[in-house]
Amino acid sequence: MPTVTLNKTVFEKLLGKSLPLEQLKDRISMLGTDLEKIEENKIEVEIFPNRPDLLSEQGLARALASFIGLKPGLKEYKVKKSGYQVIVDKSVNMRPYTACALVKNLSFDDEKIREIMQIQEKLATTHGRNRKKSAYGLYPSKTLNFPINYIAKDPNTIKFKPLGFDQEIIAKKVESLHPKGREYAHLAMGWDKYPFFIDSKNKVMCMLPYTNSEETGKIDATTKDVFVECSGTDLNNVKVALNILVTMLADMGGEIYSLEVVYPDKTIITPNLTPEKIKLDLVYINQRLGLKLTDKEAQQLLGKMGFGYDQGNVLIPSYRSDILHQVDLAEDIAIAYGYENFKEELLDIFTIGEENYLEKYSNLIRKILIGLKLLEVKNYHLVRADELNERMCLDQEIIPLKNALGEYNYLRNSLFSTLMRNLKDNQHNEYPQNIFEIGDIFEPDRNTITGIKEKRKLGILLCHEKTDFTEIKQVLDCLLNSLGLKGLIKESQHLSFIPGRVGEVYVNNRSVGYIGEFHPQVLMNWGITVPVVGLELELSSLF
Amino acid sequence: MEIKALISKLHPFERKVLPYLKQKKELVEIVAVSGLQEIEVMRALQWLENKKLLILITEKKKVVNLDSNGLKYQKDILPERKIINELTEQFQSLSTLSHRLKLSLEEINACIGQLKQRMIIDLKKEKDLMIKFGPQGKKFLTEKTIEEKFLIKSFPIDYNSLSDVDRFALDELKKRKDFIKIEEVKSVTVTLTDLGKKLASLDLTQDVVNRLNTGMLKTGDWKNKEFRAYDVEINVPSIYPGKIHFVNQAIDYAKTIWTEMGFKEMTGGLVATSFFNFDALFVPQDHPARELQDTFYLGGKFEKGKLPDADLVKKVKAAHENGSGTKSKGWNYIWNPEEAKKNVLRTHTTVLTSQTLFNLKGEKLPIKRFAIGRCFRNEALDWKHLFEFNQTEGIVIDENANFRHLLGYLKEFFKKMGYPQARFRPAYFPYTEPSVEIDVFHPVRKEWVELGGAGMLRPEVVIPLFGRDVPVLAWGPGFDRIIMEYYQITDLRNLYQNDFKQLREIKSWLK
Repeated sequence: MPTVTLNKTVFEKLLGKSLPLEQLKDRISMLGTDLEKIEENKIEVEIFPNRPDLLSEQGLARALASFIGLKPGLKEYKVKKSGYQVIVDKSVNMRPYTACALVKNLSFDDEKIREIMQIQEKLATTHGRNRKKSAYGLYPSKTLNFPINYIAKDPNTIKFKPLGFDQEIIAKKVESLHPKGREYAHLAMGWDKYPFFIDSKNKVMCMLPYTNSEETGKIDATTKDVFVECSGTDLNNVKVALNILVTMLADMGGEIYSLEVVYPDKTIITPNLTPEKIKLDLVYINQRLGLKLTDKEAQQLLGKMGFGYDQGNVLIPSYRSDILHQVDLAEDIAIAYGYENFKEELLDIFTIGEENYLEKYSNLIRKILIGLKLLEVKNYHLVRADELNERMCLDQEIIPLKNALGEYNYLRNSLFSTLMRNLKDNQHNEYPQNIFEIGDIFEPDRNTITGIKEKRKLGILLCHEKTDFTEIKQVLDCLLNSLGLKGLIKESQHLSFIPGRVGEVYVNNRSVGYIGEFHPQVLMNWGITVPVVGLELELSSLF
Repeated sequence: MEIKALISKLHPFERKVLPYLKQKKELVEIVAVSGLQEIEVMRALQWLENKKLLILITEKKKVVNLDSNGLKYQKDILPERKIINELTEQFQSLSTLSHRLKLSLEEINACIGQLKQRMIIDLKKEKDLMIKFGPQGKKFLTEKTIEEKFLIKSFPIDYNSLSDVDRFALDELKKRKDFIKIEEVKSVTVTLTDLGKKLASLDLTQDVVNRLNTGMLKTGDWKNKEFRAYDVEINVPSIYPGKIHFVNQAIDYAKTIWTEMGFKEMTGGLVATSFFNFDALFVPQDHPARELQDTFYLGGKFEKGKLPDADLVKKVKAAHENGSGTKSKGWNYIWNPEEAKKNVLRTHTTVLTSQTLFNLKGEKLPIKRFAIGRCFRNEALDWKHLFEFNQTEGIVIDENANFRHLLGYLKEFFKKMGYPQARFRPAYFPYTEPSVEIDVFHPVRKEWVELGGAGMLRPEVVIPLFGRDVPVLAWGPGFDRIIMEYYQITDLRNLYQNDFKQLREIKSWLK
């Protein structure tokens, strides 16, 4: 979730009012953003991913102004026609969509430049999914010649000066030489042609998805008119991004001019700031919220959230793309109503609560074992491969994780490994160390939906100078007896145990686990120098 | 303290040792005469000191002892003695003399200097070094040298008790290899207090019962006898019970909160397909939470699982692509079934909600379910982050459930958890709308703390899974933080450190 740092003075100027600090904090929180802190002249706020229009001072001030009743209703933005065109060549199939606009009569200072840089970056990270879905460019339009072409070319045949460089290079080299090229090269995997914006005098404006050209330049204090392009793989996404950017620039004092974007199959005008109309289902919304709002009340609340209203239809501002269903309108109405104003109620229904049987059974086993003075441990489910196989003198098929950041990157298939690790880590503590764990393990199984079967197991290890098979068998007998079960042990083999001192446990004619004295090689592998005996049983087989 | 009471508290060791203390002062001597082991005597002395019957002075003393050569020459003849016995009034060659006496150069050098200084010998340098009696020489044919006198003492000797002459001999012998070792020895000396002196003169050999035993009970031998009184105030060694792990105790407590409110437990696997963990919950396939750095994906042969019921898959696909069937716009992209097959370690307990909604399709309402269990996120371990954490969540499915009921349940739930003051703020989750963030007023820290999220499940989630658009309230606090607060743990790793000392000594969960 992105955090933005906003300039408080600029924000308050746009808001049109200076609120006392506590009230400002409270209102921002109740609008639908996560306020981190307000310190000196900085407002640090975490914006929810579905509201990219709030990622700037202009956007947040616009929302807060209507929310606190200063400027309710749909904000109108004037758009004039520029008469210019952007021509989209069919070659840009790797990033087929673009929406563009001109904004004129701006005046930039350091602060405004900081603001547009922040929104470009934050918007591309969230709304643009880290440039994968879309990315945006703002260019001083003074030196540009229309129509502008959006066209894909072989990067080895184009030369230009990327932003920050003082010499022309072959475009392909941007991926290795330019910081943005290196950072986003993974997006261009498999491309032999790359999309470029090239003006009608063949000047390269930018190379997507990396960087503008140094010639077209950066926005600075002398810039008055700006060309905005939003390009990517989703038409709606780039349209909304453009709407967010141009309205922000308009709030900075600019005038919006639309362009014709000529696709091979159609021509569209961007930006299109006409609000979408959705019929309000007030019955549904009242039901969902537990309120009894009238049309008028609903209209007023919608106005607080920046919506328009026209004869039962809600007018959705063009910079919002999060209204998918009536429930989205319901939430905005609830926010406008004020979450603090809802009268809580308890639902008048009767149901009986119950714990799951396996959990109850596990708890019963816990109680029996602590009666034998065993100490319960609780371990992670993730382990290292050598802890499952090499250290236990086994060689079984184990289940790996694809991408673990830490060193534990396999799913445990037995509780013995984590229990042994506990003994190894506690050699400085008093003996006897008699421990148990009840937990889930993972085994390969083609017949399940995931290909993995999970089993609830009980593992017990007894560790002290005088421990032996008799002792662990006593624990097993005591446990089964308390559970009302009859079990028997059959001689068996298991490579983790001393041959001749290991058995397979049967309950109700089913094999449920193993019991025995651990092989000294296993103990040595773990660095344990005190004898260990143990057992592991599968719990769901027991009942 | 009254004498009788004092005597009744004396341990058998104390009774044994006390009488000797009138004569013996040194620990080693007391051990020798009492017949007890040193550790038993030390205990007795310490207990007696605690009872203010004596004062123990532990000193570090410097003590002189003979080393290997010193011990050897207690019996053997020192080189200088051999030389003196061979001397005459006439000069003779030292080398011939030493050859005859089989003395090494080292042995000669060790003593020749002193012999000259003390005028026991005369030396003359000619072709060889020549040696004869000095003015004092003949005296030492019958008299012992100071070194010889020193060596026949009995060791060890208290350094401070040496005379000046002894010190001189000591210094000389120290110069020779492996003759002397000077060590620091701890010595314990006892001084009786007046009270102690009084008691030491008494007859302490009463017939006192120490341990009550079966024999005594059967014979009645305890009658007419006194019981040794114990010091009931002293510390005794600790013992530890078997214990349920404290995290499990906390989990049990959370379960009672749910079951007391009428919720039934829902369970399911820790591994799930992305379908139920993400897609069925309307999380779009390009959502950042599905990225490799946040979620554990299974590897090797276990990368993909199977998609469930084909009809359900169709409905979820439609919901994502264009919202059809749910009255929504959907996310407007092409939904990829291969992406949905990818197995993950569940990132939230909400996956159980999606599976349960599907399994309960068509069941009678109202339905209330809760889950509590381990969830996973792809992190490296440090004091603030674990890759496994506990989550809990509850759902209420009822035709008449609405947002106000959600807030009502939340207030009630957090009150039961010990937070009577709660407030609500807007939040965002991909699968709920409206969504809520709950802050509670922390009674100890006296500040508002964010504790959990909640919301009403979106129709794009409920309709494909449950079959129709019915309100589903859902919520769940973060759980590990509550455990850490209760136990004053600041490093998350301590939750699963399994240090036995910590587990043995940690208090039980009681809320």
